[in-house]
Amino acid sequence: MSVIATPARQSTGGTSARTINRIVIYGLLALFALFYLMPLFVMLVTSFKTMEEIQNGNMLALPQAPTFEPWAKAWGETCVGLTCAGIKGYFWNSIKMVVPAVLISTLLGALNGYVLTKWRFRGHTLVFGLMLFACFIPFQSVLLPMATILGSLGRFGVTLRNATGFSFGLGNPTVNLVFVHVVYGLGFTTLFFRNYYEAFPTELIKAAQVDGASFFQIFRRIMLPNSMPIFVVTVIYQFTNIWNDFLFASAYAGTGDAMPMTVALNNVVNTSTGVVEYNVNMAAAMIAALPTLLVYVVAGRYFVRGLMAGAVKG
Amino acid sequence: MAFLEIDGLKKRFGSVEILKGIDVELEKGGFLVLVGPSGCGKSTLLNTIAGLETITEGEIRVDGRTINDLHPSKRDIAMVFQSYALYPNMTVAGNIAFGMEMRGVPAQERQKAIDKVAKVLQIGHLLQRKPSQLSGGQRQRVAMGRALVRDPKLFLFDEPLSNLDAKLRVDMRIEIKRLHATTGTTIVYVTHDQIEAMTLATKIAVMRDGEVQQFGTPAEIYNNPTNLFVADFMGSPAMNLVPATIGGNGSALSVVLQREARDPISLPLANAPAGLSAFQGKPVIFGVRPEALTDPEGAERNASNIATADCHIEVVEPAGSDTFAVTNLGGKAVVARLRADANIQPGTSTPLAFNLTKAVFFDPATENRIL
Repeated sequence: MSVIATPARQSTGGTSARTINRIVIYGLLALFALFYLMPLFVMLVTSFKTMEEIQNGNMLALPQAPTFEPWAKAWGETCVGLTCAGIKGYFWNSIKMVVPAVLISTLLGALNGYVLTKWRFRGHTLVFGLMLFACFIPFQSVLLPMATILGSLGRFGVTLRNATGFSFGLGNPTVNLVFVHVVYGLGFTTLFFRNYYEAFPTELIKAAQVDGASFFQIFRRIMLPNSMPIFVVTVIYQFTNIWNDFLFASAYAGTGDAMPMTVALNNVVNTSTGVVEYNVNMAAAMIAALPTLLVYVVAGRYFVRGLMAGAVKG
Repeated sequence: MAFLEIDGLKKRFGSVEILKGIDVELEKGGFLVLVGPSGCGKSTLLNTIAGLETITEGEIRVDGRTINDLHPSKRDIAMVFQSYALYPNMTVAGNIAFGMEMRGVPAQERQKAIDKVAKVLQIGHLLQRKPSQLSGGQRQRVAMGRALVRDPKLFLFDEPLSNLDAKLRVDMRIEIKRLHATTGTTIVYVTHDQIEAMTLATKIAVMRDGEVQQFGTPAEIYNNPTNLFVADFMGSPAMNLVPATIGGNGSALSVVLQREARDPISLPLANAPAGLSAFQGKPVIFGVRPEALTDPEGAERNASNIATADCHIEVVEPAGSDTFAVTNLGGKAVVARLRADANIQPGTSTPLAFNLTKAVFFDPATENRIL
């Protein structure tokens, strides 16, 4: 009797304990999710409200008469510092800076990973170690040295323009930011691609060599077409980081026409003329966040898959 | 002058010598199999022929041309890899044509060559598929197609069958043999499977620790192994290698084998190798293949030197075509190969016929053959 009864009692006890566990876990998760999503919710509803409604109503209430006017104003009319032409120009500034920075750093990272795994040279571990080290250098510590370098590059650009009539982009704030982000991103992109290519079958490279493909032909025809998951991961990672960067953007392009979105947004919020237009500010912030959201929605599946692949194989 | 000549080839990684002076040559249209246990350097040797590894010393010549420092693509070779190494992003046709594309062959000629190879290997219906949509055997064919389409001077195979299941492996082995017979190409083939080596090769190089232990035809390797390692490695089931002593007086030698709890067996040797007389009264290793140790009715009729002795049978293994019986001689399990219908019971004593014309002797100190 007791032999049979014991496991039965244990199993019922186990089940109820498990149910309680579940309730606690899901309850906590729901609470955290709510906590995390609350600001986004407030931003979203506020951006569709009129100023009147904001001043008189509840912060969490849904808009009574939803209006797109704040979004339009944020995009085309709001004041950034002294100019009042909306944030659209700065949005494009960011795109012009982020796209080349992401593509260049990702391609260079892929090339580095390819060389560090398939064309090993004496001291390749040291080189990789140094590149890894670059991932851990805090942003703040490179601000001043980088400013000096960018200053010299700018002066060199002036010299070039005097000599040839063209500065080759040296001294241009957008080019400067692309340069900074490529240099800073290389450590990460190299790490991603190196770990991915470490598990990439070397026999494929050998086969391509026997087939007569050159170094770059192998890279372009064999490596890159088979790197989709890690490519997506790297692009998402780099895009998010560079788009969201405020420190470098404000330090090297903090004023003037090349100002990226993040700095512009800060200036929108800090512009102190008359009433604080919360709805316009929220709309501007949403616009600033949209591209990264879009990238996640479009390529998010690959992100998780790619991270997993790297984790297991790396 | 041979078609493929490898002279004093050495390969060092730092201070570690992987290949310790390899001398091998192969006639045109020959099939050389490099065989040996893992880590013996056979794949490294193949890679040096392909140009995928540099060599430290020595020379490799193909058709009289030294190819030591040539890029792999300039050596006029084609290689089939263990994992097939099919480019996953290209179709079968793209895989086969990739080499030609790299050499700038016009699209029309490429198509013609693809069609020809596809016909030979019967993969015409697969040309538009990706490698991931193929079975193991089909991938193997495509990998061979990629090599064939180049029409090279030398084919290199790096353990091409080791990823296939047993049945498919036998099929593909026959296919490779047929391909070799019909196209008359020169092939260097690496494997650790001695059956593949025996069945495919015209020449075998048995390797161990970066050295060629023996180089010769399959029959030479099988019947006249130069040392204990080769004798033990080649053949399945393996050759019985039994500690024994040489007895007898003057020119009439005999081999004495210890039995468990019984008197030793003494087998008279009619045509012992000349070197054996020096070992009178000394220990040797007596080597006899299972098929040279049979039931007396199944013994080879025209062998000149057959001796029969009673042996205690410990285990009987019916294998369908044969029956293997395990007895104990000199403290080691010894396998005899009997007819399938031999009436034999484990735990009993039964006479076994030793075909001593096929027996070989080794010096236990040097492990070399006594000739």
